[in-house]
Amino acid sequence: MAGIRTVGVAGCGTMGAGIAIVAARAGIRTLVYDTHAEALAKARKQSEAFFAKSVERGKLKPEQVATILANLVGTTKLEDFQACDIVIEAVFEDLKVKHTLFAELNRVCPAHTLFASNTSTISITEIAGGSGRDDRFVGMHFCLPAQLMKLVEISPGLNTSEASFQAAWAFCKALGQHPVKTKDSPGFVLNYFLIPFNNDAIRLVESGVAEPAEIDKAVKGAMGYAMGPFELLDLIGMDTQLLLCEAMHGLTHEPRAACPPLVKRMIAAGRLGRKSGRGFHVYKDSKMFGA
Amino acid sequence: MTYSVIDTGDSRSFPAAHTLVQGTAANGDVIAVIGAEVGRGLARIRDREAKAAIVLELGTECLGVYTSESRGTEGSNLLGFARFRLGDAEPSNLVELVRQPNTAPAALAAAKTLFEDAGFAVAVCNDFPGRIVDRLIRPYLNAALRRLDEGLATADDMDTTLKLGLGYPEGPIALLERTGLAAHFDVTQALYEALGDAAYAPARRARVAKWRVGADRALRGQP
Repeated sequence: MAGIRTVGVAGCGTMGAGIAIVAARAGIRTLVYDTHAEALAKARKQSEAFFAKSVERGKLKPEQVATILANLVGTTKLEDFQACDIVIEAVFEDLKVKHTLFAELNRVCPAHTLFASNTSTISITEIAGGSGRDDRFVGMHFCLPAQLMKLVEISPGLNTSEASFQAAWAFCKALGQHPVKTKDSPGFVLNYFLIPFNNDAIRLVESGVAEPAEIDKAVKGAMGYAMGPFELLDLIGMDTQLLLCEAMHGLTHEPRAACPPLVKRMIAAGRLGRKSGRGFHVYKDSKMFGA
Repeated sequence: MTYSVIDTGDSRSFPAAHTLVQGTAANGDVIAVIGAEVGRGLARIRDREAKAAIVLELGTECLGVYTSESRGTEGSNLLGFARFRLGDAEPSNLVELVRQPNTAPAALAAAKTLFEDAGFAVAVCNDFPGRIVDRLIRPYLNAALRRLDEGLATADDMDTTLKLGLGYPEGPIALLERTGLAAHFDVTQALYEALGDAAYAPARRARVAKWRVGADRALRGQP
């Protein structure tokens, strides 16, 4: 970590913007790259709003926020990443897209720059294979929303050097995050368990075991979970669950990872979850009702 | 609404004194039959049809064992229930209330009231092996044991990931250690036999734990 003074975050979607907040908040100069200037502007506004709330809640002082925001710089030029000691990629979950990006980064960045991918499903070894520096490449999977969740799954690829892994681990701790080590395996730990668990819950509904609201109540009451599986699925969205299932099942061929037919029917019916006002539950005025 | 309890002994839902079991009437509108021999308890009830509801404590069996079944039209004032409990842990505050396709709505409402008035959260389900919670969480727990064997992560890292990532109060490995791997074997074996789904086949570590229970008994000269 001692050598990491500048962080690059490639991709300015929800995850990338959140990771950038985490890095800048830790006092590290953070460059955020996206091909779309409007995405950078949107993320900037979201970051400013986030830090304004931090001030409201007394977690940060206004002068601290001013320093953090001065350290958080957006760019549409990948060449700017030549100053980075570590680059965390958070672009679309597509191996070709990631290979293209990392090949370009390999050209731009100095030899010591560590590469990391925030992928949630694609093999780290496979992504690293197209980076030109697979010994200096790790998986670094932040949880959504990154700026609030402490967990980071760190995964070495087959050719990741121990020094690179340790550097990523130390960097993660310096960010104030909680790293855990996982194998380079589809879904790592979190998604490997979550995606099939949610599918299992959907299959209970398909099989007529119980209604979604009853299943949510049962799981929360029995296991002490903060949310039932259907409340969580409505947050994730059926369209996203379908994509996650396709990625996981495509890699593992495990039956529990296969997308239940009900998800596709719900997408066709416009019942995507919270974002469409109705999923397994109905949402009105931000209140939840059993569907 | 008054209720009576018929206790046939060795109840998994009520292993210790509980207000629901203690505060009973002589011949209540609702009858709760608890314990390991609910079939015998049911046989003791006269005028079954006159009761608002009769609730039978279930183990791994289906309610249909006591009611008989008929072309998907079964249903009466008889319901099943179980307080969810993981192995040796204390029973939870959740009651899974089991209904059949034609269970009388008034009977379902009366049974629900009985448990809710006693402070339980009640989740209604249809008559399937494992009801809701066991049916849902056992494949997840099996997968955790299998992936631990495969070295996906250490037990601590796996538990930490699921606690921090999903807000679970306890990770799967710590949960199984606390509540008993041999008990997990018993439940998954029953579900595997009932459902025929490989996701329920007991994981290796659960089999080992079950075997060790038997071996320990043998060493102590117990049957």
